[in-house]
Amino acid sequence: MAFEQLSDRLQMALRRIKGKVRLTEKDIDEMMREIRLSLLEADVNFKVVKSFTKDIREKATGEKILKGLNPAQQVVKVVHEALTDLLGGETASFELSKNQQSTIMLVGLQGSGKTTTAGKLAKFLQKNDAQKPLLVALDVYRPAAVDQLVTIGKQLDIDVYEKGIDEKPKHIAQEALQYGIQNGHDLLIFDTAGRLHIDETMMGELKQIKATINPDEILLVLDAMTGQDAVSVADHFHGSLDITGSIITKLDGDTRGGAALSLRKVTDVPIKFMGLGEKLDALEVFHPERMASRILGMGDVLTLIDKVEENVDEDDMMNMMEKMMSGKFNFNDYLKQLKMIKRMGSLGGLMKMIPGVNKMMKNTDIDEKQLVYIETLIGSMTKQERKQPRLLKQNASRRRRIAHGSGRSVAEVNRLLQTLDQQQQAVKKMGSMDPKSINPNDPLKNMQMPSNKKAKKGKGKGKGGFRF
Amino acid sequence: MAFFKNLFQSKNRKAKAQKYKIGMAKTRESTFNQLNELLASGKKIDEGLFDDIEELFIMADMGVDTVIKLVEHLRNTVELKGIENAEDLKEIIVEEMFKRYVQEEIVDTNLDTDHEISVLLFVGVNGVGKTTTIGKVAYQLKNEGKNVMMVAGDTFRAGAINQLKIWSERVGCAFFSKPEGSDPSSVMFDAINEAKKNEIDVLLCDTAGRLQNKKNLMNELQKIHHVIGREISHAPHETLLILDATTGQNGLSQAKIFNEVTHLSGVILTKLDGTAKGGIALAIKEAIGVPIKMIGLGEKLEDLEYFDIEEYIYGLFSEVI
Repeated sequence: MAFEQLSDRLQMALRRIKGKVRLTEKDIDEMMREIRLSLLEADVNFKVVKSFTKDIREKATGEKILKGLNPAQQVVKVVHEALTDLLGGETASFELSKNQQSTIMLVGLQGSGKTTTAGKLAKFLQKNDAQKPLLVALDVYRPAAVDQLVTIGKQLDIDVYEKGIDEKPKHIAQEALQYGIQNGHDLLIFDTAGRLHIDETMMGELKQIKATINPDEILLVLDAMTGQDAVSVADHFHGSLDITGSIITKLDGDTRGGAALSLRKVTDVPIKFMGLGEKLDALEVFHPERMASRILGMGDVLTLIDKVEENVDEDDMMNMMEKMMSGKFNFNDYLKQLKMIKRMGSLGGLMKMIPGVNKMMKNTDIDEKQLVYIETLIGSMTKQERKQPRLLKQNASRRRRIAHGSGRSVAEVNRLLQTLDQQQQAVKKMGSMDPKSINPNDPLKNMQMPSNKKAKKGKGKGKGGFRF
Repeated sequence: MAFFKNLFQSKNRKAKAQKYKIGMAKTRESTFNQLNELLASGKKIDEGLFDDIEELFIMADMGVDTVIKLVEHLRNTVELKGIENAEDLKEIIVEEMFKRYVQEEIVDTNLDTDHEISVLLFVGVNGVGKTTTIGKVAYQLKNEGKNVMMVAGDTFRAGAINQLKIWSERVGCAFFSKPEGSDPSSVMFDAINEAKKNEIDVLLCDTAGRLQNKKNLMNELQKIHHVIGREISHAPHETLLILDATTGQNGLSQAKIFNEVTHLSGVILTKLDGTAKGGIALAIKEAIGVPIKMIGLGEKLEDLEYFDIEEYIYGLFSEVI
């Protein structure tokens, strides 16, 4: 996931002041330098960086911080709040208009990912509100752009309106509106051609399309890898079209995505969604607060919960938790759980949302194939063994048989047994925490999570921001 | 510093630089005119000025490390030579940028296309303009009299094969593809056999865009690279990273990881006709040693130029000098 190095640097800067009773002016200078550099390296626009660090400095040197009590925590809080603010404060609401027909127009530079996003958005909104979306192909310039949208439509089983490449986009848009009404489409997503923000002719064309369809939303699609130029791009598109929001794409890369940070601040346009992969379900609502937590290495438990809720039957989940807590968790349940995880998407992405894991996993590649191996291992067990994992613990020849049957090693069988145990214990521990005392909005408490040694000693009641 | 006066005196060179000037007109207006203002005659050199210069370079996405080193060098030079007037910094900046890029090597921007069958492999992240660039390169090579064939190695993205096919029709060159979803390595294998039969001089191989942190996709690319090398020794003769000029610091990570997997021979910087400066390509040369070979300056077939560092800097600083 993005932002890893940014969080590393910030954490490094903050580590130095950890444990100090009072912050000196020099401490703050040093910290500001680290924050400044790390934000610049993350492609945050330098003007934004300037005002951001100034903001932090004022807050950090103000009396609030100099009360002397645990300055590190206070600074983390200040940085977290400022970052959240920078990212747009609250989660931007996205509601389809109550009209019979909602219209969304996607605009952006070439190669930012508009066409893929159009498909993802249609699918996402279909899952939520829209009954019958229609994708409209207005990119008549890029070779085979229409083909691409048609193929995506087929993959999603969503209708696509296209008129080839011989008509003017604004005419196609006009006809699509009519077609949509006639065929009962309640959501129209217009995929426009990529263009340079300084190309006045092409920007003029967008204005015409806008005038024709009068869309409820105009969303700027921006590549997360964009550098300092992001601000100029957003400025121009906003200036010409009064965009209502933006979508950041390719956040599944290793970019730190600072462009996203600047975007909102400079243009005052909320970021509404983020693209996290090439698959057509890899789109999520953008949450500034959670993103800020992620930047600070606090994990993104809330998104994880959202994903779980969206993809997992709650009863299934509760059953499983109960089983784990009561110690009756067996390999059948484990297999079920694996399947849930698979449904939720990339394992690597998911793991990184868990606080602390992000840091732990820095240099370990999560191999999705491991899941397949585990399935094979469980597949080689007898029904009885699956129900009663202790049979395997007691009997080495059973473990050898399974290793042989699955083509894996005995060590892997052992590891699987261990994992099952560990999981059970972890859940038991969670069960002993009082969820009411956990406030997921309090970043300071959440910060405790990555080094949760304390929690193990029993001091941790309510310290972890980890809640199902 | 007289060296630089000479550098830009050749009329021929100045004419060629005009193209860069047009392509990057906005670039200069937005940022480097500020540099001109910053370094106006009579201005004093102080810490504030260095900070401002630093910001300007960062605005060009030149890479924080590169910029810090560059500004450090400026500080030292100013102290060493006792420079007092800000205006004198202009030439020092240009000279230092040039030296850092060239690093006392001969930077060859020519594409290696003189083999019996030359294979050029185009790689990069999603949406940088690989397919369009292949169209432009094909057009250029065809005009040089080469018998060119495009290979549709992007079997993943919807519409990618068709997109390349349309380019091949525009250029009027051969085209090879297999159905969507085919193993890209097998596409390369079959294309090479096809090329051997049809007396093709140059194969231009498209690949699917992939983010450099996707392990499986990078392994796939490694396999493609390997298969090509097995069929024709020393191929691919060029492995070109296509880099979007709007890319920020992530460009470095792209170059590093793609270079590990495929041994890049050069970078093609696309979309330089916008407001982005593509400064990260300078950082790439400095950090990894992979030179910029060509630049894309628009959507038309002929909008591709060989990269020339002198002209690039001249394009950026023509008003400064």
